[in-house]
Amino acid sequence: MFQQFIFYLFTAVLIASAIGVVTVRNPIYAALCLILAFFSSAAIWVLSGAEFLGIVLVLVYVGAVMVLFLFVIMMLDLNLDLLKEGFIRYLPIGLGAALIIIIEMSLVLHMPTFQIKQPLAVLPTNNTEALGEILYTDYAYPFEIAAVILVLAIVAAIVLTLRRRADVKLQNIPEQIQVRRNDRVRLIKMQAEK
Amino acid sequence: MMNIAIATPEIFLLISICIILLIDLFLRDDQRLISYILVQISVLITAFLLISTLHTNKQLGLNAMYVQDELGGFLKISILVLTSTAFVYIRKYLNDKNLWKTEFFLLVLFAVLGMMIMASANHLLLVYLGLELLSLALYTLVAFSRDDSRATEAAMKYFILGAIASGMLLYGISMLYGLTMGQLELQAIAAYIDTQAILENIPLLFTLVFIVGGIAFKFGAVPLHMWVPDVYQGAPTATTLFLGSVPKIAAFAMLIRVLSESLGLAQSGWAQLLLVIGLLSVIIGNLLAIAQFNLKRMLAYSAIAQMGFVLLGTMTGTLEGYSAGLFYTLTYALTAVGGFAILILLSHQGLEAETLDDLKGLNERSPWYAFIMLLFLFSMAGIPPMVGFYAKFSVIQALLQGGYLWAAIILVLMSVIGAFYYLRTIKMMYFDKPELDFTLKTTTLDFKLVLSTNGLLILILGLLPSSLMSLCTNALVTSLP
Repeated sequence: MFQQFIFYLFTAVLIASAIGVVTVRNPIYAALCLILAFFSSAAIWVLSGAEFLGIVLVLVYVGAVMVLFLFVIMMLDLNLDLLKEGFIRYLPIGLGAALIIIIEMSLVLHMPTFQIKQPLAVLPTNNTEALGEILYTDYAYPFEIAAVILVLAIVAAIVLTLRRRADVKLQNIPEQIQVRRNDRVRLIKMQAEK
Repeated sequence: MMNIAIATPEIFLLISICIILLIDLFLRDDQRLISYILVQISVLITAFLLISTLHTNKQLGLNAMYVQDELGGFLKISILVLTSTAFVYIRKYLNDKNLWKTEFFLLVLFAVLGMMIMASANHLLLVYLGLELLSLALYTLVAFSRDDSRATEAAMKYFILGAIASGMLLYGISMLYGLTMGQLELQAIAAYIDTQAILENIPLLFTLVFIVGGIAFKFGAVPLHMWVPDVYQGAPTATTLFLGSVPKIAAFAMLIRVLSESLGLAQSGWAQLLLVIGLLSVIIGNLLAIAQFNLKRMLAYSAIAQMGFVLLGTMTGTLEGYSAGLFYTLTYALTAVGGFAILILLSHQGLEAETLDDLKGLNERSPWYAFIMLLFLFSMAGIPPMVGFYAKFSVIQALLQGGYLWAAIILVLMSVIGAFYYLRTIKMMYFDKPELDFTLKTTTLDFKLVLSTNGLLILILGLLPSSLMSLCTNALVTSLP
């Protein structure tokens, strides 16, 4: 009973904040609404026993992705009126798409194939531990390869962005410190002039 | 069963990549030779480590995700040797173009690591991860000369289309995961396929379409070939050289591991797909190549046509077909590396040699390199006694044995049409006056030596193809179930 109450509470917050994302005027508020939406769906996941996914959602999406997103929004000088233009005009298309999705989902969920009578496996009480256990034993090899892919991504990003630009007037401190007299002063023998 | 030692070559390569990455930070620009030598040594040591694993029985390791067999070893050694050859050519290009960054070589090594993982994958998850490692490295390599807008555009196209193709493959794998009740190991999938009526199992056929689509993208075969010409043309020639040769071997590894080793019993399902894709590739590749005057684009369409042959050979599902496909892939990769090396030879600081006009009168400028290029083009056209002839011959033979007479006829017809644009290039090299009248810049000894060996190997393998062919057959016999 209490669990159901919590579920409906978070669901209501989730739906309200999701609507908020597309309706509020200020993009910062929209991003904050999205954070709230992530947070409530994380709570729903935890409620349904997938606590690892819930934690990851908060850590990765709320903690990293959305903060980065907020930075980007604040850096860019967005024209708010232009973004909001045509909201009413595109509303029927959006509603149509949403309707189709609802119909499709209800069809899928009522198909006999998806009616799971009993759980395929017994859920461990602590699925973070259970995931960690197979991730670092049975799946250690693919896990390491995923790490290699991340290393590659770092190397690739640096290779593509780091470069010396000739047009930037930047002080080179070591060069300045190590400068010697001969680099700057040149003695020239000149004929005496009248 | 963990048995980590089974993956020693991969682990060694990864560690050397990381070490070279660190050492390179402390090297000055005039010491670039040191990192180049380190890169070459690590590739060769990895190949050497693999030689000792050949001729051992099939072994599984790392929780049955890694397979050590003759096929994997053979493919990996070919990948490493070809990469080492490619490095010799790439070094000249990067030096000439002032593009030198040691990271170019390291990104190639990352790609090689991905290919090695694919070649010895015994689990679809590993096939996918290896493919991603390879593709991410390739995207970066295409965009490597970042001030060149064409390269950036090519990289963007390649990245987006590649992501879609990865998604397709992954979708296919996920459906297979559902059908087999959570199995991704190749043998487990094969056991599941054994119990099914292939052509009546609609979800399975649906899965095959997606998996074949993902593989066809990696080959650059026809409905998914759009990226090939743009990427070949836009990328720096050093990248094109690598991208156009070595990853084809990895694509073949994926084809064999996924379609033959795990879905082998579903051959009736995927054979028709490969037949259509292969024939379309051969037809469209050869016809469109005629209209190209940019040499890199022409070679791109030629690659599409060549890969059609590989797919058609494999499509038969017989041992002859598989070994013809393997032989074709290896010899084509060897030819393509050399062909692009000639383009690198003709380029210099200010000029990127890439149109047919740049080849005009090559014979007057350098008879020896013109002869080497002649060998490569003859081989691609399939003119005896070059190795390309034998490769085409064995594919057609496998098709005839499988009873695909009309497909073989189309292949022969298209090869005749294809011969036109190769011969046109040769005519330009030998009978046209050079537009640029200067002699070729002198090159380093290793470049000359490796390119000449590469060219002569095409001829020698064409005269004595049986040893390589028996290596291919042997690797497949001992490794396939």
